[in-house]
Amino acid sequence: MAINRDTVKYTANLARIELSNGELDHFTAQLDRILAYVDKLGTLDTSNLEPTSHVLEMKNVYRDDVVKESLPVSEVIQNAPARENNLFKVPKIIDTEA
Amino acid sequence: MELNTLTAHALIDLLNKKDISPIDICNSIIKRIADTEKRLNALAHFDKDAALKRVGDGFKPSPTKALSGIPVFIKDNICVKDELTTCSSKILKGFKPPYNATVINKLLAADAILMGKTNMDEFAFGSSTETSCYGASRNPWDTERIPGGSSGGSAAAVSADEAILALGSDTGGSIRQPAALCGVVGLKPTYGRVSRYGLIAFASSLDQIGPITKDVEDAAILLKAISGHDEMDSTSANIAVNDYVPEIKKDIKGLKIGIPKEYFIEGMDKDVKDSIKTAVQKLEGLGAVCEDISLPHTEYAVSVYYLVATAEASSNLARFDGVQYGLRPENAKSMIDMYKKTREQGFGDEAKRRIILGTFALSSGYYDAYYLKALKVRTLIKRDFDEAFRKFDAIVTPTSPTPAFKIGEKISDPLTMYLSDIFTISANLAGIPGISIPCGFTKNNLPIGLQILGKPFDEEMILRVAYNYEQNTDWHNRKPENILK
Repeated sequence: MAINRDTVKYTANLARIELSNGELDHFTAQLDRILAYVDKLGTLDTSNLEPTSHVLEMKNVYRDDVVKESLPVSEVIQNAPARENNLFKVPKIIDTEA
Repeated sequence: MELNTLTAHALIDLLNKKDISPIDICNSIIKRIADTEKRLNALAHFDKDAALKRVGDGFKPSPTKALSGIPVFIKDNICVKDELTTCSSKILKGFKPPYNATVINKLLAADAILMGKTNMDEFAFGSSTETSCYGASRNPWDTERIPGGSSGGSAAAVSADEAILALGSDTGGSIRQPAALCGVVGLKPTYGRVSRYGLIAFASSLDQIGPITKDVEDAAILLKAISGHDEMDSTSANIAVNDYVPEIKKDIKGLKIGIPKEYFIEGMDKDVKDSIKTAVQKLEGLGAVCEDISLPHTEYAVSVYYLVATAEASSNLARFDGVQYGLRPENAKSMIDMYKKTREQGFGDEAKRRIILGTFALSSGYYDAYYLKALKVRTLIKRDFDEAFRKFDAIVTPTSPTPAFKIGEKISDPLTMYLSDIFTISANLAGIPGISIPCGFTKNNLPIGLQILGKPFDEEMILRVAYNYEQNTDWHNRKPENILK
C-alpha cells in the first residue's frame, strides 16, 4: 500500500482541509490507486538528471525598483467576506484566556 | 446564413463592408443561446443585457483593430474586472476581480466584445467539465456525453455556435482535448507566449491561456491578439509575435513531420486510430514528409503530470482560506477552524483530492520520492521532444485516445479520468505549443481531433500544418445538427 488512512488524515490537516470519515475512506482508496500507478517512475534511473521545475531558459527576472500606483485598498477589499476599516476581519487568533 | 455560425474572419469581412453591425452579431448569439443553452450548460455567467450594452451605445467599430466588434467568451478562471470570476467553484462564490487579466486588456485593446464566462471543471481540475459547481456541460454532438475539459464550456459554446471565439486555459490538455471532443480548433501556446497575469493559477509551470475557435485562421487571429511579453508576468517571454495569418497560408511541401509510435496504444478507439492514419496520408498528399519516430518516455507523462501539477496546485490553492474573497462559513471557533471549514465546504471532491495528493508529494519524507523524482523524469520527457525537433518541423498525434465519453462514465474513477489526458500532457511538461483540429468522426458521429505539436515559440508552424490540412478537408464545416432534437 502506497498510502494509508492516517497519512491521508495527516496530509489533509497539513492542507487545512477537514474530511469526513466517509471522505477519508474514499480518498485513501483512490489516492492509493493513483500512487500505485505513479510508482512506475521508480523504474527509471534518474541519478544523473537535473530536475526541470520550469521549461524557460531564464534565470531571475529583474526590473527597476520604481514606485507605481497600486489598486485602491477600498476596491481590493470589496470581495472580503468580513472587513472593518479597510482591513480583513478574521476570528480571534490569540486566545487571551489561555 | 445566421451570423452566429460564421467565423470571426468572415464576420470581420462583413463588418468592413458595412453589411452588418456588431449588434447584429450579438443579437444572433443571444438568440442561439436562448435556443440551446438549456441543453448544453456551456456558460457559467452570461447577462445578455450587459453584453448588448457593451456593443450598444457608443461602440463604433474600428477596422484597424484586429477584433473590432467580435464577441468573445472567456473561461471562468480568467479575471474580468467587476464581472463574476469563480473557476466554477463554490469557494469563489460572488468573486468579482478588481482588475483585468492581461489577455482581457489585450482583447479590449483589439476592440473585442466581452460576452460572458464559460463553464469549466472546478479550478480546471478535470477532463470532462463534470466537476463544475454549476453542473456538467454537455457535448453538442451528443448531449448525453461530456464536452471534454477542463475548458469544456468554451469548446461546447464554440461548437454549438453560441460563441464565435472563446478563450480557454490548458494545463494538461484542457484546451486541446475539449476542442477535439467538440469538433473545433483549440491551441495551447508555448509556455511563456501568453501572459498568465489574471489567470487564476492551477499549476504555474504548466498553465497557458489559448484560443478555441471554429477554424485555424481564427485561432491565428485570436492568438496574435493575446500574445506577447507582459511585465506583470515574469515568465512571459520577450520574443516577437509574428503576424500569423499570411504565414500559415504557405504550403507544407517538404516539411518533415514525425509520427510517434507511443501515441498509438492498445485500447485506443479504432475509429480514432483510423482517422489519424488517414490524416497522415492526407498530409503526405500535401507534400509533407511523414516518418515514424519514438518519444520513449511518453508512458511516464501522466505520472509526472499528476505529481507536478497537483504539487503546484496545492500551493496555489492555499490562498482560498476564507480571508480575502469568496466563501466563509459562519461560527468558526478559530483561524485554523475557519480555514478548514472554508476549504471543506468550498472545494469539491476533485479539488480536495488534488490538493491532498499535491501536499503529500511535497511533504517531508515523500518529497524526494515523488515530487523531485517527477521533476527529473520531466527532464527526460522534455529531452525526447528536443531530440525529435532537431530533425522534424512538427509532430502529429491523436489529441485523445477516445471520442467523448458518457456523462458519469469516469467521474467516480479518478485514475481512469486522468488517463484520458494521456496524449496532451507531454506538451505542457515540455512547454511546447500544440493545436487540435477536427480530422474525422466516429461511426457514432462523434468528432475526432488531430494534434499537431511544434517547437517552442513556433506556433506559426503548427498553425500552418493545421491550416493546410483543414483547407483540404471538410471536417471543420460540419455542425452538430441534433442539439435541438
